[in-house]
Amino acid sequence: MTRVRTVLLPPALAIVFAALLCAVALLVSGDSPVTALRVMITQVGEGTTAVDIVNSGAIYYIAALAVAIGFQMKLFNIGIEGQFRLAACVAAIVGGTVSLPPVLHTIVIILAAVLVGAAWSGIAAVLKAYRGVSEVISTIMLNFLATGLIAFLIRPDSFGVLQGNNISTAPIPPAGQFFGISFGSAGTVFGMVFVAVALGVGYSFLLNRTRFGFELKASGESPTAATAGGVDARRMVIIALVLSGAVAGLVGLPELLGRDYAYTLTSPQGYGFTGIAVALLGRNHPVGIALGALLWAFLDKSALALDNVGVPREIVLIMQGAVVLSVVVAYEIVRRYELAAEQRRVAAQLRDAAPSPTPASTGSAS
Amino acid sequence: MGAVPEAETPAGSPYAVELAGITKRFPGVVANSDINLAVRRGEVHALCGENGAGKSTLMKILYGMQQPDEGTISVDGHPVRFRSPADAIKAGIGMVHQHFMLADNLTVAENVLLGAEASHGIRAAARRRIAELAGTVGLEADAGVLVERLGVADRQRVEILKVLYRGARTVILDEPTAVLVPQEVEELFETVRTMRADGFTFLFISHKLDEVRSIADTITVIRRGTCVGSADPKTVSSRQLAEMMVGSELPSPQTGESTVTDRAVLEVTGLELPGEGGGRPLLAGVDLVVRAGEVLGIAGVEGNGQTELVETIMGIRRAAGGSVVLAGQDISRASTLHRREAGIGYVPEDRTRYGLLATQPLWVNRILGYQSRPPVARPGPLGLLDRAAARRDTERIVAEFDVRTPSIEVAAAALSGGNQQKLVVGRELSGDPVLLIASHPTRGVDVGAQAGIWEELRRARAAGLAVLLISADLDELIGLSDSIRVMLRGRLVADADPATVTPEELGAAMTGADGAGHGQRAATPEPPPKPEGTAS
Amino acid sequence: MTALAEAPASGAGPPPTRRRGLRPWARSALVVAVGMVILSITATLTGQLQLTSRGTTQAALLLLLPILLAGLGGLWAERAGVINIGLEGMMILGTWGAAWAGYQWGPWAAVVGGTVFGALGGLLHAVATVTFTVNHIVSGVAINLLGLGVTKYLSTLLFYPVSQNPRQSPRVDGFDTYSMQPVADWMAALEAQQRVLLSDVAGIVGGLISGLTPLAILGFALVPISWVVLWRTRFGLRLRSCGENPVAAESLGVNVRRYKYVAVVVSGALAGLGGAALTLNPGQLGYLEGQTGGRGYIGLAAMIFGNWRPGGLLFGSALFGYVDGVQLRAGGQAVHALLYGATILAVAVAVLWAVRRHWRPAVLALVAGGLVYAVYLSIETVPREFAAYAPQLVTLLVLAVAAQRLRPPAADGLEYRRGEGD
Repeated sequence: MTRVRTVLLPPALAIVFAALLCAVALLVSGDSPVTALRVMITQVGEGTTAVDIVNSGAIYYIAALAVAIGFQMKLFNIGIEGQFRLAACVAAIVGGTVSLPPVLHTIVIILAAVLVGAAWSGIAAVLKAYRGVSEVISTIMLNFLATGLIAFLIRPDSFGVLQGNNISTAPIPPAGQFFGISFGSAGTVFGMVFVAVALGVGYSFLLNRTRFGFELKASGESPTAATAGGVDARRMVIIALVLSGAVAGLVGLPELLGRDYAYTLTSPQGYGFTGIAVALLGRNHPVGIALGALLWAFLDKSALALDNVGVPREIVLIMQGAVVLSVVVAYEIVRRYELAAEQRRVAAQLRDAAPSPTPASTGSAS
Repeated sequence: MGAVPEAETPAGSPYAVELAGITKRFPGVVANSDINLAVRRGEVHALCGENGAGKSTLMKILYGMQQPDEGTISVDGHPVRFRSPADAIKAGIGMVHQHFMLADNLTVAENVLLGAEASHGIRAAARRRIAELAGTVGLEADAGVLVERLGVADRQRVEILKVLYRGARTVILDEPTAVLVPQEVEELFETVRTMRADGFTFLFISHKLDEVRSIADTITVIRRGTCVGSADPKTVSSRQLAEMMVGSELPSPQTGESTVTDRAVLEVTGLELPGEGGGRPLLAGVDLVVRAGEVLGIAGVEGNGQTELVETIMGIRRAAGGSVVLAGQDISRASTLHRREAGIGYVPEDRTRYGLLATQPLWVNRILGYQSRPPVARPGPLGLLDRAAARRDTERIVAEFDVRTPSIEVAAAALSGGNQQKLVVGRELSGDPVLLIASHPTRGVDVGAQAGIWEELRRARAAGLAVLLISADLDELIGLSDSIRVMLRGRLVADADPATVTPEELGAAMTGADGAGHGQRAATPEPPPKPEGTAS
Repeated sequence: MTALAEAPASGAGPPPTRRRGLRPWARSALVVAVGMVILSITATLTGQLQLTSRGTTQAALLLLLPILLAGLGGLWAERAGVINIGLEGMMILGTWGAAWAGYQWGPWAAVVGGTVFGALGGLLHAVATVTFTVNHIVSGVAINLLGLGVTKYLSTLLFYPVSQNPRQSPRVDGFDTYSMQPVADWMAALEAQQRVLLSDVAGIVGGLISGLTPLAILGFALVPISWVVLWRTRFGLRLRSCGENPVAAESLGVNVRRYKYVAVVVSGALAGLGGAALTLNPGQLGYLEGQTGGRGYIGLAAMIFGNWRPGGLLFGSALFGYVDGVQLRAGGQAVHALLYGATILAVAVAVLWAVRRHWRPAVLALVAGGLVYAVYLSIETVPREFAAYAPQLVTLLVLAVAAQRLRPPAADGLEYRRGEGD
């Protein structure tokens, strides 16, 4: 019971606080918070919004899972952004180049994305494990380098082709595309949403039921106890970051294989940072992250709707930033409170159950 | 035991510091009970007692870091109340901690000045004052040098300088010689004698009886939170002092069938571990053998290499030389996990940092150290865990080892220290180990839990387990061990038979009073020796 | 008694050695001189005279300024024990604040505006990390998001009506630029003569003393000012003690929390000032969405490279700023030439290590030099896309090589709770 409260209370508090903050900002700028809220909620039922939320939510979910794997060990893989974009770009190139029977083609594309993501984060992993370079800075630098590499790869004299007025990678034939579930005018749900769900299940399984997951969590909570318990710290750093990058590689695939079928310079970006925010919101918990991802997608889509009624859509950005900061503060506050409360509770229960312990050693054996 | 000679009483109080009736309680333990201490001005007053006797708490109270529950403090005859170290400093009391509070990346001068910039500024006047005081304490290093460059003895001088800079006239030295080699000890004592001639008063906390006798004017002994008495170093002998410290009778070991076999389980040969930055080696060639059914106790004052020995055997530290062989298998290069899998159980001395994951439930803690083996791990390459089995086994441990907890789902941090330790001991015995390393297994544990843990260790030994026991608690050592070795300055310096060793001999060997440990090689391992330890 | 020496002056990267070494400033001068020689040789042999031209140096100077200020911001915070990843967000806030104040009230107001906005970001980080002991990196990441969001929102609200572009501010007036005459003219003349080494030096020196804005002068002045404040004042000593051993500091009566607060707010202010530098860059005046381009992080890297000292930080910023300047002004060809220069550097370093009998590092340096030379020979020019990110690559390489010899403040990143000490 208390566990539920510990998990749900901080995000709830944070969301309320962030909402209040945004209401204030809106009032200051002369808009009505009530209107804004109403618009945000009603737009879910219109057009393709609901489907879009699910689709975006799945993408954010995968990104957040990638971040969470690193977070469990207090490793900050800020490089999800670069990893997923590079992986999507290379995967698109591979997909447009090879020619294979349907399912195999898709699998090869997915494999390519995973390998590239893992390799790119592997650079940061090796630097951290063997040279002690902070993964925060190295992954951020790698993000920039990924941008450059992608720009280079998409050039017409590399792997880019001219499609109308745009330059993109060679389009992926239907054999490589991922199926979607169509709801008619309400939109098409990406088939990869199911992959996202499977990943979530896999993440939960990995964390709670495998030795690796155990060692990951132990290293994050107490590196000293983990070492005494036989965990190899260096190995964990490398595996955690590489795995994180591998999952990150999948982030760009739902849109690539379900809608765009090619990678361009204007392909979606920013999911890496969204992943960080959602992972923090969901506190690395598979269900929490899922809820956070859906909430985030909801807020994103609201931005468009708000635009239509003249409310600056950037209010959503502020809401998102405020949520992230307030959720970590809220977690800290709740954590302190809960720890003290639990210690008191256990002490009280034991006191009731048994006589109090005698003061130690007032001259026992000697 | 000689009485304290009456001093001449000049006008005003002769006592620089007087503690009367000091009592301090913590949850589950009484640290100080009605302690009286009177320190004359201009004398070196030594405070002796074992680990856990209550000396540190008393000094923290005197220095204002803790408040006494009962009792009074007087400085120069005036009653005072210290709410914080700042008050104590204002009253002219300075403390040199056992673990130095220095910032390595700052210079000597910066460390000395920090917080006291108002007294002489931070420029030329301050530097002049530091230079004067450096002469008083015998510090020759330049004040512009980074502290991390200084050796241990010089760092101590900087700590003394710090208190002098703030106007201390009474200096508390907490285990000052714990980390010094003999020449450095002599230099320190010279400095103390010179300063005493200048009118400074010293409160000197130490276990090392030979040193205490050579420097102190008066000795007060504390045991188990109470004052046992005072002694005049000129008339009391080390043996008498040791007896005061550890009690006149040691617990008799369990008589009964010896369960010691002649099958060697752990063989450590020539283990070496260099010291930090080229200082004194932490392990200087350690040889020991533990047999199945034997408890080998390592006695010694903390800080003489016991922790390092254990960590090196466990693989947390890499030895520079020597070997570790477990049941015939050389594990000198194996990882910690492999050593555990080979059959080592480890009860660490600091369970919160090395033994438990504080926020995780008890059954998750059961997995720590055992994540690669049944019953907690399922067989197969995937590395799956069997959570139900972990829960079941945790229930078993809770029942068998009498761990008091509402359920196995509570976080480990919520249990009391004793119950946490029982859980750890239960866990480490559950992997059917061949060797158990128990490092201070009942530290911070209430008496009831302590008895329970001892019983478990005896039972396991009877079943053929080899146990390496590190402890500063002589009750524990003598009560549990089949043979005892004494560790001093990174070496094993003496052997003792628990059935026949006397407290003075053991105390003397532990504190170096018998002259052992100053450059002697460790004794070579043999069957448990009959003769007693060397006497002075 | 013993003569008391001063605390060692801030010097270049490597920690002081026990050998009979040079004084730190002499060592820095030597490194600069060697760097000049290598650049000169490279420029002459590859024909890429732009490597040492006045134009490139000026561009480098302007690009180095935000990195330097961000790095100083990081330095102040980390010296007090707080890791500040949020510098990027604070810088973004600074660019906005500078533009908003600047288009209404002129360049000096822009400086103030940028500083204030950045300081607000710093205050938020301080509250999160010091009062609520939130993990420093998480808080920094959150502030980056927040900074981005807030500035976008405010831009739409306040800039769009005036500039018709929510991504850009209205026109902001910049400072007038100054040059140190007549020296600048002499340098220009010397440069035009194309003499080996002399002209190169003239080009670089000329670039350093022309086209300066008051903000640039202020920025550079903050380096020695920071050094004096942090290493020579009572305040600075206490602040640094919070980052080295907060428990000891607390035991000596230092109010650790207060100093951390001050340090982090100053850190934000400096990052904000860096943002103002971007907004007031003569080449591109005004706020433009995305103009920070990761310079907050590069500033952090410069700080690490500089071993948490202002002098070293200046070096690091100069290195990254120079590479940035080269790629911007002279393009892929010049970056390609830099590879040649890097080879020479690798060989020089290898020789140095060999002389000191550090065989393994010497061999590694030679191999690295060989690889770089192979790359140089195999391509004609560095593609534009890579050249644009040359500074980031250099950052990564520098960190990979140097990271283990560095010494951050001992209690950096520690989530310090008062009273937790013994």
